[in-house]
Order: sequence, then structure tokens, then C-alpha cells
Amino acid sequence: MITRGDVWAALSEVRDPELDRPITDLGFVAAVTIGDRIRVELRLPTYFCAPNFAWLMVADARDAVAALPGAGRPDVVLLEHFVSAEINEGVAAVSDFAASFDADGFDPDLASLRAVFERKAHLAAQERLARALRAAGVPADLLPTVRLSEAAALAREAAEAVARRRERAGIRSELAFCDDEGRALTAATMPGWLRFAQTVRVSIDGNAGFCRGLLETRYGLARAAPT
Amino acid sequence: MYRKDGQGYFIVDGHTHFWDGSPANQINRYGEGFIKCFYDYHANLSPAEYKWTLEEFERYPEERMIHDLFEVGYDDLAILQSTYLTDWYVNGFNTTDQNGEMAERHPGRFIVNGRWDPRDGEAGLVKLERLHERWQLKGVKLYTAEWKGDSKGWKLSDPWAYRYLEKCLELGIRNIHVHKGPTVYPMNRDAFDVADVDDAATAFPGLRFIVEHVGLPRLEDFCWIATQEPNVYGGLAVAMPFIHTRPRYFAQIIGELLYWLGENRILFGSDYAIWQPKWLVERFVDFQIPEDMQGEYGVLTPAIKKKILGLNAARLYDVKVPGEFDVPDEPADSGPAIGSAPEPEAATP
Repeated sequence: MITRGDVWAALSEVRDPELDRPITDLGFVAAVTIGDRIRVELRLPTYFCAPNFAWLMVADARDAVAALPGAGRPDVVLLEHFVSAEINEGVAAVSDFAASFDADGFDPDLASLRAVFERKAHLAAQERLARALRAAGVPADLLPTVRLSEAAALAREAAEAVARRRERAGIRSELAFCDDEGRALTAATMPGWLRFAQTVRVSIDGNAGFCRGLLETRYGLARAAPT
Repeated sequence: MYRKDGQGYFIVDGHTHFWDGSPANQINRYGEGFIKCFYDYHANLSPAEYKWTLEEFERYPEERMIHDLFEVGYDDLAILQSTYLTDWYVNGFNTTDQNGEMAERHPGRFIVNGRWDPRDGEAGLVKLERLHERWQLKGVKLYTAEWKGDSKGWKLSDPWAYRYLEKCLELGIRNIHVHKGPTVYPMNRDAFDVADVDDAATAFPGLRFIVEHVGLPRLEDFCWIATQEPNVYGGLAVAMPFIHTRPRYFAQIIGELLYWLGENRILFGSDYAIWQPKWLVERFVDFQIPEDMQGEYGVLTPAIKKKILGLNAARLYDVKVPGEFDVPDEPADSGPAIGSAPEPEAATP
């Protein structure tokens, strides 16, 4: 017998690709009910949140819950969004995004969009790791040659976060730091690369906070502590 | 103008609206969803004493706007941005003519910006000429996510958009405010993508592209293109109110912008009626980068604040600023930025 806790745990593996956080942490899961069928209700911070990201999230949630043994066909729906109907019908029919939006003449899969944001999440995680290593006393000029396993000895959490995102992004490297193609950085290229990574990290963190705030306002939730 | 601690600030509010989002003007659920979305922005990021009811917010009287901007809000000048959205609102959300007529009742207070839509084709080019004749436009606001029939948006790099940008250059409309929204077609791409601004800015060095809300939620992409293109500017509407709810995040945004663009290409805008200039100006003038971040981002000097709050926009719109409020061009207090400075005035056609 599947419990609400099981469903919740499965949903905690689903991330908003843009915000790089689990949808459960972001407050996007409005309700989980177990009846004849499992039903999950999702919600977003605004009526006009991008349909492509909304689609990815609903489809990922459906897949995550359906993967639970004995889950059958879960009912995963998005509430109060300008294309709720199209997304809910399309995801329920295990259709694809393009068919649901009558998408004449454009690339039907969302894989490339997701890949862009997985690379950004990987980049931001590396910047956090660089900060952690610098704080642990690693000189800046040594960073390009540090291995990820060595980094884990000094900053375990940050290194593991890089490893997870690297795997998701399909990037291969033994080093703590690499570009989107898995190539090593050099003492010359590293500072500029890290500086842009910082901007990406600021952007992702800021968007997550903003979305969280808008969700709280839209649904009258308790406010999280400001940062 | 605003005075504090012996400093005087000339305020040009780069982004204001005189809209009608009321139920009577809504055509469909999209019009209703749009104003409610704005309202959540307003309610989420405004201090309690500046919060309105949804009803007040949907449509406000002219007197209230004048009061909020000029009587208590410190604005010396406000730029009225036109947002048509005629697929969602019967009379439009706010059109250039509606804005212009209001502005004429308050001489010297407003700069009226027009608007065009490349999907209007040849007829739209003629309309733009007429609009310019009537209102002597110095700028336009473009909303690339605007719906038009089956189309859910357009790009600045579209061939017809180039025709309109050429027309702007010919007419001397040099300030192109660009608002990115969430529903640009095709919907599987990143709708906030600012890459088309990059193309247009390269193709039209004689125009200035002011990216509203500094490209949020794609701050990093915006900074990147602004670094390459000296004629790209950032409008702080939407970013500035974080000063109240999330000051450390605001410090990071402004710090990033100063690092990549420098202090001469950032423009204040309240986005009235979403937020009000009174508290934004007061808080910004009082604001400082938190001490633990100063090693990374430096500090905000009065000269930097003066430029952001008014002098930068005044330069783009040829507004003469009384000498006591001006600051000398050099030295740049925020240090050298990665991006180059605004184009020299010799580039003026």
C-alpha cells in the first residue's frame, strides 16, 4: 500500500529545472491524496509561468509517482495556470509538449531547454564549491587541478552537489571544476569563468526566492524568512 | 527631486504606467490573469503601508498617480510606457494616445513612449509615423510576449522587427525599451531569452536598448550581452523593490550590474502602479552594500546613486539636469566594468 509519505518522497526527487530545487521545497505541491487513484495537485507562483517549464514539472512528477511499485496511473494535475487544461490533458495522455500546443514548425522536444538549465545548475554548484574550498584554505591558483574526490574531503556537501548536477547534465570529469564540455580550466581561464558562474548562482538563487515569495502571496502561505 | 544628507538627487522614473486593468476592460481570463499577476508582484514586494486593494490596483485615478509620483514621490520626470495588450483588454491596457492625453494635462511631467508591433506589417509602419508626429516620441516600449491572434509573441531579430527599428532610427526614436515576458512563441524555448536583443543591438548601434527588469529572471544572460554591446542598458523596474523584502539579494543584483555594465547604464524605474517611487527612492538613497559583501562588490556612492536615479535616463532622453544635481563624468566610482562605456555621442545620427 502506497502512503502519502511515499508519494511525497517520490516528488521530492522532482526538481524545477530553472530554480534547481525540489518542487516539494518550493511549495509547488499543493496536495497529495490516496484514493482509488493517487492524485497529486501542483501549483505555480503565477498564472503565466512559462508553459514549457510547467510541462516538464508536471510530466516529471507524473513519471516519479508512476514509478512507485503499485502506483498504477496517477492523476497529476496543474492548478490555476493559463494552459492548465492543455498541460493536464497532454501529460495524462502521455503525449508530448508539441502535440499539446499544436506546435507547428518547432522542435518538439524539451530536452535542449532542460539541458541548458542543467548546465547552469552545474555551473552554479561549482561556484559554491570554489567558495567552500577557498574558505577551507585552498589557494585560488590550485583550484583548476583539484580533483572532485579531493574536494569532497574538504567540502563534502558542496562537492556532492556538484557530482549530482554533473551526472544530471551528462558531463564527465574527474576534476572539481570543468566547463560544460567536461574540459579542464586553467589558471588563466578560471577567474573569468568563476566570475560568470557567480552571476549564474546569484540569478538562480534569486529566482528561487522570488518565485517562493510570489507563491506565498498568491496562495496566502506563511512567509519564509527573508534572505 | 530628493534631498538627503546634503546631497540632491534629480529623479527620472524610467518606467511608469497609467493602466486600466479593471474587469470592465478585460476581454477574457488572460486579461484577468495578467492584472492579478501584477497585483501579486505588488503585494509581495511592497511595504505594508503601500499596499493597495486589488480593486484600487486595477484602475486608479489620474490624481492619485500625480500625487504618488510628483507630490510625494520625488519624481522630477516620469516616462510613461505604453502597453497595448488589445487581445486581452477592450481599450488596451494603456495605449500611447491614452498616455499622451493624460501627459498633456500635466506639462513638463511626463515623457510619453510609443509602441509598435512588427506583426502589424506595412500598415504598422505608417501608424508609427503618425504616432511619432502626434507625440514626438523619443522612445518606445516593446513587449515581445504580447499576443496577437494565434501568435504568442515575436523576436527583435525578426525581419519585420528590423524594418521597424530602421524606421525608429530614421525618425530619431532612439530609446528602445524591451520587456521580456513568459509566453513568447515558440513556447518550448526559453521565453525570457535575451539573445534577440544582442542581435538587434549589434545591427543598430545608433539605437539604445533598455532591457526592462534587467533581464530577470535571466540576469546572467542579460549581463553577458550587455558586456558585449555598449548600447544595451538595464532598467531596474522589478529589481529595485527587493531592497525592502530581500536587501542582500538586491545588493547582489546591483553589485553584479555594476561589475558587468558599470554605473552609467543602469536606470531607475518604479513600474508604477506596481510600486511607488517614494519608498523606492528613500530606501535606495539609504541603501548600502552589506559590509561582508563590500570586498566583492564595493560600495554605492552618492554619485552612483544619482546616475541610477536620474542622470543616466536624462542623458538618453536629452533632459537638461539643473547643474546642482549633476555629477562629473569621471572618475567612475564603481571602478572599471567589464562592458564598455555607452557609445560616444558622436554616434548620434
